[in-house]
Amino acid sequence: MPVTAAAVADPPPLSQLEALEAESIHILREAAAEFERPCLLFSGGKDSIVMLRLAEKAFRPGRFPFPLMHIDTEHNFPEVVAFRDFRAAELGERLIVRSVEDSIRSGRIVERPGQDNSRNRMQTTTLLDAIAEFKFDAVFGGARRDEEKARAKERIFSFRDAHGQWDPKNQRPELWSLYNGRIQPGEQVRVFPISNWTELDIWMYIGQEKLAIPSIYFAHERPVILRGGLVLPVSHLLQPLPGETIVARTVRFRTVGDMSCTACVLSDAATPTSIIEETAVTRITERGATRVDDQVSEASMEDRKKAGYF
Amino acid sequence: MDLLRFSTAGSVDDGKSTLIGRLLYDSKNVFEDQLEAVARSKVNRASQGIDLSLLTDGLRAEREQGITIDVAYRYFSTPRRKFIIADTPGHEQYTRNMATGASTAHLAIVLIDARYGALVQSRRHTFIASLLGIPHVVIAVNKMDLVGFDEGVWDRIRADFAPFVAQLGFGSGADTREATWIPLSALLGDNVVDRSVNMPWYRGPSLLEHLEAVDVAGDEGPGALRFPVQYVVRPDLDFRGFAGQIASGVVRRGDAVVCLPAGTRSTVARIHTYDGDLEAAGAPRSVTLLLADEIDVSRGDMLVHADALPWVRTTFDADVVWMANEPLDPSRPYVVKHTTRSVRGRVTRVRHRVDVNSLAEVPADCLQLNEIGRLQVTVAQPLYLDAYRDQRRTGAFILIDPLTNATVAAGMVAREQPDAGAGEPLRQVDRAAREAQNGHKSAVLWLAAPPGELRTAVARALEARLFQRGVQAFVVDNGHANGICSAGPNAGREPLSFLLGAFMSAGVVLIADVDMPDPLERAELRRRGGSGDVLEVELVLPAGPHAEWQASPLPDARIEVTGPDAVEGAVARIVAWLGERGLFGAPRVVSPGAGI
Repeated sequence: MPVTAAAVADPPPLSQLEALEAESIHILREAAAEFERPCLLFSGGKDSIVMLRLAEKAFRPGRFPFPLMHIDTEHNFPEVVAFRDFRAAELGERLIVRSVEDSIRSGRIVERPGQDNSRNRMQTTTLLDAIAEFKFDAVFGGARRDEEKARAKERIFSFRDAHGQWDPKNQRPELWSLYNGRIQPGEQVRVFPISNWTELDIWMYIGQEKLAIPSIYFAHERPVILRGGLVLPVSHLLQPLPGETIVARTVRFRTVGDMSCTACVLSDAATPTSIIEETAVTRITERGATRVDDQVSEASMEDRKKAGYF
Repeated sequence: MDLLRFSTAGSVDDGKSTLIGRLLYDSKNVFEDQLEAVARSKVNRASQGIDLSLLTDGLRAEREQGITIDVAYRYFSTPRRKFIIADTPGHEQYTRNMATGASTAHLAIVLIDARYGALVQSRRHTFIASLLGIPHVVIAVNKMDLVGFDEGVWDRIRADFAPFVAQLGFGSGADTREATWIPLSALLGDNVVDRSVNMPWYRGPSLLEHLEAVDVAGDEGPGALRFPVQYVVRPDLDFRGFAGQIASGVVRRGDAVVCLPAGTRSTVARIHTYDGDLEAAGAPRSVTLLLADEIDVSRGDMLVHADALPWVRTTFDADVVWMANEPLDPSRPYVVKHTTRSVRGRVTRVRHRVDVNSLAEVPADCLQLNEIGRLQVTVAQPLYLDAYRDQRRTGAFILIDPLTNATVAAGMVAREQPDAGAGEPLRQVDRAAREAQNGHKSAVLWLAAPPGELRTAVARALEARLFQRGVQAFVVDNGHANGICSAGPNAGREPLSFLLGAFMSAGVVLIADVDMPDPLERAELRRRGGSGDVLEVELVLPAGPHAEWQASPLPDARIEVTGPDAVEGAVARIVAWLGERGLFGAPRVVSPGAGI
């Protein structure tokens, strides 16, 4: 009997990574189709690296229907900034960089005196200015719902008013995979294609796709300060307080944000596989282990998002 | 490893947050810093140890009030599966959140407090799970520790609630939907992750064991191919790909496909992915299809197999959950978003409302926030539909308010569709048919006021406001009137009256911004128009009486045009008055099949 098309076995069900990937590609394409001027935030960090691979899967062999943008705190790790430029050039896609430092120099941002010179908070002003400058109506971000309690409640198409603000009590219902991208001029939507991914999913995907990432994600020896249970990397932005000493440790970064407030973790993991093994058994969340500024209050992320932060 | 999405509905009182906290904690998915944050929390409600429910309450208002406001998504995994929990509040005023959480779930957990048995809330949760097409429910009888782990209590609760669950189609006959019953104590951990030593009479799996084992691969079945085109990838002349996520079924290279709505046919030449071409791809994979022929395909079209077509309809019945504070308004247009297609439409009938507590079908002509009902929806361009029960992705739609852009409702296409062809064939496109299709009556609104910018401003603003509501509104001004009335001052008004009549037959709401200072002339026009079709709206302008102007003794309405927002205020009052007069009430004379 001749083999007809119908006699070929059905393709197997999707694995959980394949299902997440298919959903993320759908979200990227949906936003690209519904908005006039989207952009994709790319920092050189692992989540945005995954976002770029998903964008390749959504739009290749075409070009991305949006530029990449980085809100540069100028407190970034040099390895990450170098990787950012390398990857954008490798993809042949346009990269826009807007700097928090410029916003400070032009007086758009006033640094808070005292100990908190974190620039995570300050990014908001620069981001909103850049959105206005390029008239972006949608901005893709690599935030995940497993990162933080306020993010757990945020929509995939997250509506922002003309001031970029999030109103958590008045979010549009989001059912099935039907996203409502309708806005008035001046309003915007933040789009989170990897909302449903976890830190472990990200590492498994980096391993599966053999994605290049900045070297500091892997174990390396570095001078650090041990402070309050956190392992802090020494740099020109982070020096020991009186009584603290600098020690050398083998560490890696779980997240690569602002050098002045991003901690690393003690680890020997030098490959994606060993990082996956560590991540699968870790007892501390990504933010808990690494973010100094999120520990300020139970609601610090909620407050920043309401002000326009990612 | 695969993915299971499940929803939970309930309040703090039910122990829902505690159950999720326990599930995360005992499956070792809670991190040390999260536990520390809970222990530090100012609102720890547990008298001893830690309050597991705090692991799941996200927003500040929720922690302070001990309630859950919105849908929160939580993630955990075991070596067997990754789980996504859509965690939703359980009170009736959160029906929309429950529906949101249920929309993507494979499984729903319905919590019952063992002390009280199945309550109205349990019925509502099970109904919403059924309505949203969730194939598996777990009836979790919680707080068994508070009834002494008594098997008799368990038996009574089951005997009481099982008929209702079966009535909704879970675990009865050929239906693949099933219900699993588990007695547990979220507080103490019995049967959540580890099997209970306190309930040896229960021999089934623990909740987590069930979540790990429940078979969801066959839930949607192979199904018919539905490929809504999302995006056209066309980098150069050699590559023209139609990108999208397969909503159901399987597509194979070489398949003959039909493109809806054009009905054009072609063959699948390639199934492109970034990782290389595929021979076959099934839902829910995202792919890019290349066709053998140069046919016109764009976003919002759907590729299907010729031997398994969806319904192609402009009028259909659907179950709808109303999600907006503003109630359903049958006179207003809504945007219907279905797969990747957005079209204008309106609700042409409210067949009934469902009492979510008793399941009774109640007569209704409207839906309010959190109400669920069966509606007839009529859209301006056809949609390619399946019954929601058969295909969730192509049976689901949302309604968007085009003025506020808010998502106001979620809809599920019904299996039972009144036959489109069975209605009375439309023999004559008359005024009544046009009014029915437009969703409003036709009329002439004569703006009785002295000539001037203010009258014209009111006319134009009123036209815009009505047009935005979906009303076929049109301003006739002096230019139109003089153009047709050139025969002379006395012959003049006859042609105008014919013009108005023609507009009314066309189903239009005409706004007359025309000089006609003599009230007797206006009265004559009203008489010719007949039966209240010509409405004289006297505008009382701030400038005071005009030399030649004479007010009518009995206008249909008298509207003051004063104050800082004179025009907008006047327009709002006119629109409100028209609403009271029933101008926007859609006369329901058209048959379902008449379409648009």
